[in-house]
Amino acid sequence: MAQDYILEVRYLKKYFQAGRPGWFSRGDLFVHAVDDVDLQLKRGEVIALVGESGCGKSTLSLTLMGLEEATEGTILFEGRDITHASPKERKEIRQRIQMVFQDPYESLNPTQTIEEIVSEPLHVHGLATNPEERNDRVRRALEDSGLKPAEDYLHRFPHQLSGGQRQRVVIASALVLEPHLLLADEPVSMLDVSIRAEIINLLADLRQKRNISVIFITHDLGTVGYFADRVAVMYLGRIVEIGTMGEVLKDPQHPYTKALLSVIPVPNPRLRRKRIILQGETPNPIDLPKGCRFHPRCPVAIEACKLSDPPLQKVSDTHSAACLLLVR
Amino acid sequence: MSRYRFLLKKIAWSVFTIFFVLILNFFLFRVLPGDPARAGVKDPRMKKEAVEAIRVRFGLDKPVINCFQSLNPIELGDCAVNPFDTQFFIYLRNLTRGEFGISFHTNRPVSDVLLERLWNTILLIGAGQILSIIVGIAFGVFAAWKARTTIDYSALITGLVAWSLPTFWLGIILLFWGSNNGFPIGGKATPGTSSYPFLYQAGDVFKHMLLPTLTYTIVFMGEYMLVMRSSLLDVLAEDYILTAKAKGLSTFQILKDHALKNAMLPIVTIIAINLGFTVAGAIQIEAVFSWPGLGGAIFEAVNRRDYPVLQGAFLLIAVSVIIANLIADLTYSYLDPRVHSE
Repeated sequence: MAQDYILEVRYLKKYFQAGRPGWFSRGDLFVHAVDDVDLQLKRGEVIALVGESGCGKSTLSLTLMGLEEATEGTILFEGRDITHASPKERKEIRQRIQMVFQDPYESLNPTQTIEEIVSEPLHVHGLATNPEERNDRVRRALEDSGLKPAEDYLHRFPHQLSGGQRQRVVIASALVLEPHLLLADEPVSMLDVSIRAEIINLLADLRQKRNISVIFITHDLGTVGYFADRVAVMYLGRIVEIGTMGEVLKDPQHPYTKALLSVIPVPNPRLRRKRIILQGETPNPIDLPKGCRFHPRCPVAIEACKLSDPPLQKVSDTHSAACLLLVR
Repeated sequence: MSRYRFLLKKIAWSVFTIFFVLILNFFLFRVLPGDPARAGVKDPRMKKEAVEAIRVRFGLDKPVINCFQSLNPIELGDCAVNPFDTQFFIYLRNLTRGEFGISFHTNRPVSDVLLERLWNTILLIGAGQILSIIVGIAFGVFAAWKARTTIDYSALITGLVAWSLPTFWLGIILLFWGSNNGFPIGGKATPGTSSYPFLYQAGDVFKHMLLPTLTYTIVFMGEYMLVMRSSLLDVLAEDYILTAKAKGLSTFQILKDHALKNAMLPIVTIIAINLGFTVAGAIQIEAVFSWPGLGGAIFEAVNRRDYPVLQGAFLLIAVSVIIANLIADLTYSYLDPRVHSE
């Protein structure tokens, strides 16, 4: 069973201490960035992780990457527990999990050429030591990322490229290691709308060609609609609904998902959906509301919601949501 | 290709700036009040003929430039005078021959006076600069690496205190301490040792240099350290550092390959500006330790109204600041590929 999954996350928690420990700080305050996340990912599967800013999407991906240490829970990657991997193991795992960051203007070192940027991972991991082989891999990664012909880009610097091209360079430098899992943390949110579709198509192609599993983090359900297999909706550090793309988009169960979906613009101007506008601010992640963490903003909350915190319940084999109002 | 054009442009600008300084330098001293001929000898009984003889000797009888006999007080003159027979052109012509004029006070050529002082200054301030750069950058990197720990905070406080210490005060304190512990109290060499063997003399100069160099290093180290620390912390917070970490680079590799090169940019600017002023000398340090450097020469020349020496010293400082800036620009274009392509 376990071999089917490339990644299994169990009860993952990541808490940050609020304020530094000291004489005047209260040591027992924590930001609950990721709070009991359960997630399974099959080989070659694309899952979209959706939620508003500050819901813990990025912390989750940094924790999966090993850039943040998990507070509790386990992460199994290809059947192996990597939650508290040693630096040496971590380095080896990094060949197989790579990440694409949000801002292509910030995530490239301005003093390196594209060739240096893309070949650096090979260099660091001591792969492809033969110069010909290395050039070949760098070229392939660039061309697979849509920078053709690669020769035109090798000796340029990041500031000479457009935003879309830069993001392709970021993707190429993740691909050059031939990872099995790609974490894409809002890879298109900083790009022009016209470029977004290209980058998403590129990721879809790569998954076809190389059978890479992708965790695609976004705050925009609209951009992932036709790319991801499954969607997980996060709210305040927890997954509140998870299911296949079709199920979640057509038949959302959690009121939060419904609200998110209702505000996606519809191309047909005559067709007007009733928008659900959530009231109030996201609660402080240090001081979580009792009961269901969504109840202060929930348009359909009942008394019971203030008291008990609902777990994920199955709606169908592939679809579950965490809401007390789910009619079984 | 664009790198060469950038280089040529920068050099052309530097040459233009130096030329501008040459002209400014000339007029700056001509508009100052006071008769240079009288500044040297302050004897009211001096005869008119003697004053006139001094004026002729230093070429002060000639018009400053066409149409102006003198600039302070403004005195109009003949516009049709031969331009090559004006003070301005004689000044330019002498400069092209490397003549800066003759000191009013010592009657020696200014270039001789300045050159001798220049070497002393470069010896002292150069050593201080190199030490403070090395120590400051090393401490700054270390503090940034250990950011927000006790080591970092102690380094930060030390740096701030060092930077804000008044130079002359620190110098005097060290001088007091040194004079009780067998250090020479001033000057560059012990008098009467000029016939001793070379090694002995070198050791003697080294002993004289220790305290002023230490003062300079302490004061300037703080600046380098603080700037290096904050610049490195800025760079370490960049996304490409996180990306590098995700690629699998170790902390040392990240520092070496990604962080330092980008964090060096502000330091290069400060080093260049400070190097330019190296030639000007740290006037306070040279005064406290009676070091016969350029800073001291300027200090004395101001007191004696020795305009040719001042004029020469100003030119020297201006040129070295311009050259230091040129070097900074070129280093920048090497460190940061964004600089030379617009």
